[in-house]
Amino acid sequence: MEFVELIKTPRVDGAILHRPFQPRVEGTLCLTGHHLILSSRQDNNEELWLLHSNIDAIEKRLVRLELRVIMINLFSLQALSTLDSTTLMYPFFYRPMFEVLEDGWHSFLPEHEFTLLSAMTDEWRLSYINKDFTVCTSYPPIVIVPKSIDDETLKKVATFRQGGRFPVLSYYHKKNGMVMMHSAQPLTGTNGRRCKEDEKLINATLRAGKRGYIIDTRSANAAQQAKTKGGGFEQEAHYPQWRRIHKSIERYHILQESLIKLVEASNDQSHNMDRWLSKLEASSWLTHVKEILTTSCLAAQCIDREGASVLVHGSEGIDSTLQVTSLAHIILDPESRTINGFEALVEREWLQAGHPFQQRCAQSAYSNSKQKNEAPTFLLFLDCCWQMQRQFPCSFEFNEQFLVVLFEHAYASQFGTFLGNNENERRKLKLQQKTVSLWSWINRPKELEKYLNPLYEANSLVIWPSVAPQSLQLWEGVFLRWNRSSKYLDEAWDEIIHIIEYNKDLQAKVNALRRQLAELQTEDGELERP
Amino acid sequence: MEHITTPKVEQVKLLDRLTSKKPAVGTLYLTATHLIYVESSPELRRETWILHHHISAIEKLPLTSTGCPLLIHCKNFRVTHFVICRERDCHDVYSSLLKLSQPVLFEELYAFSYNPKQNEMDRGMGWKMLDIREEFQRMGVPNEYWEQTDVNEGYETCNTYSTFLCVPKGTSKPIIVGSSKFRSRGRFPVLSYFFKENSLNAMANRAAGKGYENEDHYSNIRFQFIGIENIHVMRNSLQKLLEVCELKAPSMSEFLTGLENSGWLRHIKTVMDAGAFLAKAVAEENASVLVHCSDGWDRTVQVCSLAALLLDSYYRSIKGFMVLVEKEWISMGHKFSQRCGHLEGDPKEVSPVFTQFIECTWHLMEQFPCAFEFNERYLLEIHDHVFSCQFGNFIGNCQKERQELKLQEKTYSLWPFLLEKQYLYQNPLYKSNAVNIVLKPNTAPFNFKFWCGMYNRFDKGMQPRQSVLDCLHVSMKQKIELEETVTGLNQKLTQQDQSQSGATFILPMKISIEDDSSQSQVLGVPQDYMEEQQILLANGTEELIETISDGNQERDNVTDSSFSHQSTLNNIDCLGLVKLNVQVDEGSHQISQDTIEK
Repeated sequence: MEFVELIKTPRVDGAILHRPFQPRVEGTLCLTGHHLILSSRQDNNEELWLLHSNIDAIEKRLVRLELRVIMINLFSLQALSTLDSTTLMYPFFYRPMFEVLEDGWHSFLPEHEFTLLSAMTDEWRLSYINKDFTVCTSYPPIVIVPKSIDDETLKKVATFRQGGRFPVLSYYHKKNGMVMMHSAQPLTGTNGRRCKEDEKLINATLRAGKRGYIIDTRSANAAQQAKTKGGGFEQEAHYPQWRRIHKSIERYHILQESLIKLVEASNDQSHNMDRWLSKLEASSWLTHVKEILTTSCLAAQCIDREGASVLVHGSEGIDSTLQVTSLAHIILDPESRTINGFEALVEREWLQAGHPFQQRCAQSAYSNSKQKNEAPTFLLFLDCCWQMQRQFPCSFEFNEQFLVVLFEHAYASQFGTFLGNNENERRKLKLQQKTVSLWSWINRPKELEKYLNPLYEANSLVIWPSVAPQSLQLWEGVFLRWNRSSKYLDEAWDEIIHIIEYNKDLQAKVNALRRQLAELQTEDGELERP
Repeated sequence: MEHITTPKVEQVKLLDRLTSKKPAVGTLYLTATHLIYVESSPELRRETWILHHHISAIEKLPLTSTGCPLLIHCKNFRVTHFVICRERDCHDVYSSLLKLSQPVLFEELYAFSYNPKQNEMDRGMGWKMLDIREEFQRMGVPNEYWEQTDVNEGYETCNTYSTFLCVPKGTSKPIIVGSSKFRSRGRFPVLSYFFKENSLNAMANRAAGKGYENEDHYSNIRFQFIGIENIHVMRNSLQKLLEVCELKAPSMSEFLTGLENSGWLRHIKTVMDAGAFLAKAVAEENASVLVHCSDGWDRTVQVCSLAALLLDSYYRSIKGFMVLVEKEWISMGHKFSQRCGHLEGDPKEVSPVFTQFIECTWHLMEQFPCAFEFNERYLLEIHDHVFSCQFGNFIGNCQKERQELKLQEKTYSLWPFLLEKQYLYQNPLYKSNAVNIVLKPNTAPFNFKFWCGMYNRFDKGMQPRQSVLDCLHVSMKQKIELEETVTGLNQKLTQQDQSQSGATFILPMKISIEDDSSQSQVLGVPQDYMEEQQILLANGTEELIETISDGNQERDNVTDSSFSHQSTLNNIDCLGLVKLNVQVDEGSHQISQDTIEK
């Protein structure tokens, strides 16, 4: 397929762009294979570049052009914004205009992560059992498993867990040696099937006489019902050392509908307070945020306070499971609150762990063609991170903008990082060879400085967020960004940076003056000596 | 003291409303002015001070197996839950507090006995610190359009107005008197704010009237009805809001539904809309505006003061905000004593009118973080003192009453005390160069958030665990120190240069940069993660001492350095926490001044 076939009219003059809080722009509209471009062709040369994959929906009344042109362009746009072949997507055509200092595709290798782990414990090993993606299609080729469990056992366990997602290491808590693992649900079915190898695997992570916790991200009812479809949960009788806790976290279309309702509420122009609060409540978005944070705190609490190991799973283990494990990381592990650590976390717990980004983030809230697999799972995770950032403004190396950028790139990007649904697909697409990694771009010092939090002070604390409704807020930076001007908030942020930077400069000045003085004094001393 | 039969009760439990952790045990004392609770934990003696005047309601709940529960609700939204072993003690405390929290006579209020050890001259200076006359001069009044009138000398024309009033130039006394007879309570139109930035004489006015002006008789006047609800609606709305705040572990949905049903944010938005409308009319449409409600001492005052805050950056300064409160609220006869329930009286007169104004100011600060010289603490402090009756400013219902009470001779003014501590109230992001900017707030509903720092202020677990404000205050302090160090070093260098060229002696160099910070790193309190209570976890928490209830106490305690940690946790966790603090200490300038008393 050629893009030319889809683009009937590549150029329209006299188009007007209306923007909230800013003057309108008149110019020429151009359609290219991946972008819609509006250029003012003025001296100040204002241009809007809109990635087609960023387009959720197109309404005729919003595009104020001559009708005839719209009809043609509309067709093109619709076709272009819903390209179904991945290899036609923009990342495959994008050529970086910047110098790649460090190839992001190699920034976070599992082997490296394992070296770090080995420094703390020798109870775990790397397994290459999935190197051809034959044991589990959604797992990466290399996983970390208990040392005492051999690959043959793993194969058997894989047949007992949905999608072959056997329990693997997610997090090792240095403070007390406790671990968090994630997996998919066990396939017990209605007849209560058991798997000795599965029991052996997870028991291998327990200290003698210690208990562990299994956190099931479904309600007890939902877990029970899953049996009829071949799924299920760990029976107490077969897992006597484990205590199971059910915490219900919503998934799939329920989350997608929640997002759609929230966005609709944010765009409500009625100026009616009751209506806003009622719509905010009806969207249930903050309820989901609270549920996810609560469950993550529970997991972290079991590890840090109870000194117990934890296994987290829901049904497939690729949505709510990953939300919980990655947020528990952030609560427990100061490293994951640094930029590099957070990127490593996204790479490991989301990309490598097989969260199906391409399916979940196909379109966002405005899309009228609802697809079954869409869900703002990752956005909810970022929202929870933002809530924690708000409660602990000095504990994160990165700022809010960093989270917003990850949200944007997860949905539409010139980079290949979030393409595909798992490592298996990514390899087939040859992303490493054919596209640029988001990390290559973000991790350049010049870009990175935009995402630094000036208030950051590294601390080794476990940070417990409050999950009281009073403590959770709507993430304005994402949901209201087009509805209100952020001028004054940006100004405040710049001022914070200025205050901190000014002190740094002063400190440098003090140091320089001290050196100067010391030098003078030594010279003096030498002069004095005969 | 005649109300206190049992001044001391031992073995009193203090329950934590939000978590199910083990309650503290301590001793409860009743003094003439305060209820003081001292925890008897051997590690530290955490104190809670509650001013009697701050108590809005006391509830004796049914007897339980552990004792007799006593629930105390405060006007600054603190809720304290005690359990007293013996029912007789509980009853004694209950009846004492009932009396102590509702004085009958003005003279029983704290301000009349409060003695900050200041001499008479300072007291007098304190009261003269703010001068309404000066404020009108600042606005440029008198001028060719407006002049002062002495028509209310001796409070003869309107007994709820002050004596210093400004009216259109050339208005004769008979006209004023005539107008006053036409307006409810004699509250004829007087100048509230003169906007001198306009070439035209645009100004905001106030007056009162039952009903409204017949349009036929007021040509070239446009009418705008804003619909701010009356004091009774507002009182009930706040009550509902507080019920929501006090819910134990509500779901998000329950909370948001409760917030909506309380109507509180709807009312706040209406007041803000009105203020913004008024400011726009004056600043952009060059119009003069007359604002009134029925009596003109509640809604009118709210709207006028809010508009002034939007129009004039002076009122956004620490001193200017005092002037605004003094001018628009105190001198124009907002009935503080009745609205705040200072004395035993008609509960229907109580209404959170001033609280709403404070909240509107907070919303503006959220939208314009660099436009105010002061921070949230300042608002909370003023709000506290409106109820505390520790200072004379808010006692009484109008200037006449205040004069009769001889407040200036018998009590102290709050403002000099606030000014003395103004470093605490500074907003480090304030850009003083942004003067003459009229604020145009966005009043779309999503701009109005629940103010957790006010209504759940004493539930420390709900507040952000690290404060940007504290961090920035530390930076401001560092900045001053660094600048001094630079100056000092430069001087030494010059001296060194001189000494090198002349005599040779070496100056001792001992300059160190204080790297301390008062920022406290607080380990969070897990809330309700464990709904099912399947596992009981040691609740390792640190909590801040809560002694913010009394201005007297506060002046020493408001700084973070006086916050001390409590540990109700088991020893292992406690050690862990101490260790964590040490780790924080080591990390450059995060020295925590929190003391862990052993």
